[in-house]
Amino acid sequence: MTTVAPAGTRLVDRFEQGLDAPICLTWELTYACNLACVHCLSSSGWRDPRELSTDECKALIDEFERMQIFYVNIGGGEPTIRSDFWELVDYATAHHVGVKFSTNGSRISEAVAARLAGSDYVDVQISLDGATAPVNDAVRGDGSFATAVTAMERLAAAGFSGFKLSVVVTRHNVGQLDRFKAIADRYGAQLRLTRLRPSGRGADVWDELHPTAAQQRQLYDWLVAHGEDVLTGDSFFHLAGYGDSLPGLNLCGAGRVVCLVDPVGDVYACPFAIHDDFLAGNVRATGGFTSVWRDADLFTELRAPQSAGACTSCGHFDACRGGCMAAKFFTGLPLDGPDPECVLGHGEHALETLGAVAAPRPSPDHSARPRRVAVALTPARRPDRGCDESPLAGAGSH
Amino acid sequence: MPPTTTPSTGVPYDPSHAWALHPQVSLRPESFGALAYHFGTRRLTFLKSRTLLTVVETLAAQPSGVDACRAAGVADDELPAYEQALQALAESGMICERVA
Repeated sequence: MTTVAPAGTRLVDRFEQGLDAPICLTWELTYACNLACVHCLSSSGWRDPRELSTDECKALIDEFERMQIFYVNIGGGEPTIRSDFWELVDYATAHHVGVKFSTNGSRISEAVAARLAGSDYVDVQISLDGATAPVNDAVRGDGSFATAVTAMERLAAAGFSGFKLSVVVTRHNVGQLDRFKAIADRYGAQLRLTRLRPSGRGADVWDELHPTAAQQRQLYDWLVAHGEDVLTGDSFFHLAGYGDSLPGLNLCGAGRVVCLVDPVGDVYACPFAIHDDFLAGNVRATGGFTSVWRDADLFTELRAPQSAGACTSCGHFDACRGGCMAAKFFTGLPLDGPDPECVLGHGEHALETLGAVAAPRPSPDHSARPRRVAVALTPARRPDRGCDESPLAGAGSH
Repeated sequence: MPPTTTPSTGVPYDPSHAWALHPQVSLRPESFGALAYHFGTRRLTFLKSRTLLTVVETLAAQPSGVDACRAAGVADDELPAYEQALQALAESGMICERVA
């Protein structure tokens, strides 16, 4: 993202007050998924019978066009499972709404790869959470590494350059960043790293999978060294307290420039906050998405000046803005306090103080199997994933 | 996206030449200025002033870049900042030269 600015207002301040339409809109098309990643932020598995119909999806795309939402980040679940997936992609691009969709790669056949390579308006993001099969498959399931690699081979062979290789950074893959970069380079892809959030099933595994404090520092240094070559969906702004800000907009965009539309049309403040507390409305209601975005009480509240709470006296508040709302919420921390991964350790301390108080449970749950209460993952065995949809992340060349 | 569709970048901005918004770029006005999105490069750029938005919108109707700035009410002392902004837009392919 570039800022072209003859005037001197800080853009962040303007963004915190909200925009006429989101910059980064994530649209989860279905909760159905052929995988069952242990950290799935939308707890996907089974299709929800109340899913938006093809016609409802098209009407929503019409609204996006009217609001001049330039592109949407489509995810799921595995969005390509929907039988009308390509019909919707074609409809969106014909209506000036670009599409970037996230996939595990299972449906990227040679024919699909050729079709994607021929379109200017469709971008693809392949999810991979380990640079080696054991690390990836421990999180995403047996065979998922091979599936993703095959999809990347097909995209590269079809001449699709610049697709995204999307990685959720975990305790087990943070040591593989150079290898991820090498994989992306091999296929002419761009690496995208995002933060593991305790959202969806991620709440069950966050304690074991989120990077340690030492690893966070290592991650920050790596990101600084790679600059704009590596995309992050601006998801690591909580690390800004280490020093220089990372490229992108350093703020929580929830309900201000970011939102999520889920498969049944519910609109949440951000893709990592699928919980009733962050539900702003439904696109099926009178006024549709436009009215939810512009008038929902929750969004109005999020666009009002926020209290820095316990972080008020911290000299780094201006850099990290208190971190990620969803990460705080699902670990049981107050929203006006430090991020659980606060680089000064305030979050860790707050979590200790919190003790056994139960954190809010993510809702709803579409998992196909009983959720794992605990996973014993070791790098030697296998592995894990997350989403981007970067608040603002998409801003930039996403 | 195949690299062949990427517009050439790094074009120097000459204020005396005629310019236009790239046909694959859309503008969305916002209170702070506007968002500009290039569907070919998938780059998003923030225009941080309404005046800059006016300049960019009217480029195609003006004989030169500097004429577009003046017509939009850019004062002499503001001109360097606006030309710098237009330079950045030219480099990223958001605006392109047209045959006057």
